[in-house]
Amino acid sequence: MAYKRQIDRLPIVPKDAKEFNVTCHYCIVGCGYKAYTWPTNKQGGTAADQNKFGVDLGKQQPAETAAWYSPSMYNIVRQNGSDVHIVIKPDKECVVNSGLGSVRGARMAEMSYSQQRNTQLQRLTEPMVWRYGQMQPTSWDDALALVARVTVAVINDKGEDGLFVSAFDHGGAGGGYENTWGTGKLYFGAMKVKNIRIHNRPAYNSEVHATRDMGVGELNNCYEDAELADTLVAVGANALETHTNYFLNHWVPNLRGTSMEKKKAEFGSEPVARGRIIIVDPRRTVTANACEVEAGKENVMHLAINSGSDLALFNAWLTYIASKGWIDKAFIEASTKNFDKVRAANNISLDEAARITGLTADQIRQSAEWIAQPKEGNARRRTMFAYEKGLIWGNDNYRTNAALVNVALATGNIGRPGGGCVRMGGHQEGYSRPSDAHVGRPAAYVDRLLIEGKGGVHHIWGCDHYKTTLNAFKFKQAYKKRTDMVKEAMMSVPYGDRTAMVNAIVGAIKKGGLFAVDVDIVPTKIGEACHVWLPAATSGEANLTSMNGERRMRLTEKYMDPPGQAMPDSLIAARIANNMERVLREQGKGEYADKFKGFDWKTEEDAFMDGYHGHEKGGEFVTYERLRAMGTNGFQEPATDFKDGKIVGTKRLFADGKFNSKDGKATFMETQWRGLQAPGKEDERKKWPFLVNNGRTNVVWQSAYLDQDNEFVMDRMPYPFIQMNPDDMAELKVKQGDLVEVYNDNGSTQAMVYPTPTAKRKQTFMLFAYPTGVQGNVVSPGVNEFIIPNYKQTWGNIRKIADAPEGVKHLSFKSIEYTG
Amino acid sequence: MSHCDKMVDAGRRRFLGGAGFAAAGAAAATMVPAQAKAAPGGARVDYPSNRLANITDLKSNAPLTVAYPDADAPGVLLKLGKRVPGGVGADGDIVGFSTTCPHKGFPLNYNAADKTMNCPGHYSRFDCESGGQQVWGQATQNLPQYALRIDDKGDIYAEGVDELLYGRLSNVL
Repeated sequence: MAYKRQIDRLPIVPKDAKEFNVTCHYCIVGCGYKAYTWPTNKQGGTAADQNKFGVDLGKQQPAETAAWYSPSMYNIVRQNGSDVHIVIKPDKECVVNSGLGSVRGARMAEMSYSQQRNTQLQRLTEPMVWRYGQMQPTSWDDALALVARVTVAVINDKGEDGLFVSAFDHGGAGGGYENTWGTGKLYFGAMKVKNIRIHNRPAYNSEVHATRDMGVGELNNCYEDAELADTLVAVGANALETHTNYFLNHWVPNLRGTSMEKKKAEFGSEPVARGRIIIVDPRRTVTANACEVEAGKENVMHLAINSGSDLALFNAWLTYIASKGWIDKAFIEASTKNFDKVRAANNISLDEAARITGLTADQIRQSAEWIAQPKEGNARRRTMFAYEKGLIWGNDNYRTNAALVNVALATGNIGRPGGGCVRMGGHQEGYSRPSDAHVGRPAAYVDRLLIEGKGGVHHIWGCDHYKTTLNAFKFKQAYKKRTDMVKEAMMSVPYGDRTAMVNAIVGAIKKGGLFAVDVDIVPTKIGEACHVWLPAATSGEANLTSMNGERRMRLTEKYMDPPGQAMPDSLIAARIANNMERVLREQGKGEYADKFKGFDWKTEEDAFMDGYHGHEKGGEFVTYERLRAMGTNGFQEPATDFKDGKIVGTKRLFADGKFNSKDGKATFMETQWRGLQAPGKEDERKKWPFLVNNGRTNVVWQSAYLDQDNEFVMDRMPYPFIQMNPDDMAELKVKQGDLVEVYNDNGSTQAMVYPTPTAKRKQTFMLFAYPTGVQGNVVSPGVNEFIIPNYKQTWGNIRKIADAPEGVKHLSFKSIEYTG
Repeated sequence: MSHCDKMVDAGRRRFLGGAGFAAAGAAAATMVPAQAKAAPGGARVDYPSNRLANITDLKSNAPLTVAYPDADAPGVLLKLGKRVPGGVGADGDIVGFSTTCPHKGFPLNYNAADKTMNCPGHYSRFDCESGGQQVWGQATQNLPQYALRIDDKGDIYAEGVDELLYGRLSNVL
């Protein structure tokens, strides 16, 4: 039987409930929400004058009402030391989501720490250290002193290159401007740490290096452009599942034809029509399904290319479009460089591209027409290009990214209404750090160095390599071995003898051991190997600023207390800095200790003012107070002014035709096709029968770090699914729900079989980064020239482990496609 | 407003709602007496036991439109032809569900081919053979299913719902 909450009534938000601005802390879309809190011994009533919504709740409310919330939007939490009711519900006034809640964000209240209602009790509430052979609670002072002493000892011995760091670089939960600044100032300001990596990749690099190198910042349009475009091009982006309300609230109106008035108002006499969409994805997704439902099959072109062949398609588009003269000559002339050179270098025939991509020449030609063939009256077709992990985590990241931007530039689709060439994004953004120039390019391949035994101490901030890295199985084996050496050494001396303890740890490090410190909100998989856990506060438990995929910056106000002694990451970073400064002074290293000054922050707002306000472009116009007044709509970065009580933002980047380069011109890039680029991938493809494509699913946020403690999600997804063609299932003699092992030379993992008739033969798709089956275990260590991983092009074999386990038997295995 | 006042109020509304049932032809055979008594209120809402249909009204895999717990809460009865979670009757195959999507309140459509309820608003799907489990979708709860009882005459009664219905903060208004 499916999980049911058996809740038949919820407390009503009273008229005088407190109200807070909230931006969903999960995906980059950043839907606006409101949190309402009120004392536990009070409740609102059904009469209109007794509730926050001013409506008669004694009556059935209509569809899309603002006056309803589901049980997942309700909880009891602690606020300023007292228990309060809380409702966190989507905000109808927010232009991002207009009241829509996704299956992830609409569970924010239920995913909050509540001792009262037993939700998210997995949260870390106090610092923990490895003591007497297990993780034990301790004080902040004790934990920080241990971290500082070991870190300083390692730096004394190996220099700052002996300190390895894994750190989030994004916004939303486990990030935000305050926290990226806190960690950034510690590792790039006080120190110059080089062996650092980002939460989802094994080095400190951009996922979209190429577009930046071309002068085209990757978040250059606004969500409204999806309503205005003639054609949407979605590359490796399954927007309905991973950017749900951006898709529902801004793409669907265009596909449905309901944004026509907006188009007419914007474009005057220019011919406009219902939008069309091109979807580049080897797999048929629910996004393709929904687009067909809304726009009609005739307006949806799904280009199911051979996995990893995107680049050849984009070069063919450029070649064909240029040959037809459908380029924006004036724009190319005024705002770009190298077009002719690149056009010649990237030249590829339709037939050759068809051979590589597995498409027909007609499909490529027709899609090029949808992108660039002029409209009636020779009006330029407005096309918006959106890409995400299918491209970013795919073959030849750098060149493929550039090849798509080439097409967007050639057709004049950047900085213009209805255009843009944008990454869709994962988390929200919230990057504010001192320069990372010392890291170099290519940056250090941190995972590989850790496997090879390099480094002595590892600080981890909101990352879980065991679930979210490539070559994860081998990484885990090596990491466990190294950290176990330190655990054993720590058990050889009394914990209270700090000198002996630090000496024992350092001794183990000299023999190849690794001391690991994990800063997180929950116990993680990699945390199992760590020696210190430091409990962090998450969004809503502290004030937090971030921006979304159209650079919309908001402040999520603190609406509840962090669990136990948990602190915002910015303040944890500051306290580590304070402790390192103290230890260095004790050791007579005054000059080095001085570098750790400037961390006397008392609140997250102090970190914000020091970081974003003081350092970021337009930051001088932005304060907490001003952001609070800007509500859930905020403003679009960069800020350019503060006028009439409002922060003035920037709707689109590059609207003036000036790009991020010395001469203000965007640069076309040569991007010749070179097959499967990452070392070992071509051999892997030849050796193993199944493509193990991988990615996200609607119901799960990120690595399920909170979802793993949520009954609604775990009831639906006890194991990661692997979508498989029924004929492949028959051949392997497996049934729906069976547990199978997915394996290759990189490692092995497990998944439950989900029959998927639309899946191509021998092309499977597995849920990524799931705690009960880590897809990264079978991903090879092969990366591109800038250490960007290639998760998507993975091949392996599959064999049955067991019949469907008990926890799987109640599941529905029906098609996920809407049927009308 | 004190709690006891609310209960009286709820009872009055329920009484008035009863007229709607008769007019809609989905006669409510049994009404829970109005809560004239003051405190204490129940920990859960008191569900009416409403006759929704007779088993002879049901055809295999043909949805029968009903409403429960009142006329403003549309639902469906289904005879699925196979024993399923929450199913009643000799074959354990009769189930009832709300047909209002728990995401944004759009009316769901029944797909007889794969026995799912589908939402035209945002493409959510619920499996009638798996207790209303959301196959895929935006709702943060599975589809509210009725607690059904069949009496000796074959009359089918709904006597409860296992999730909060969209658009109301109390399943019984």
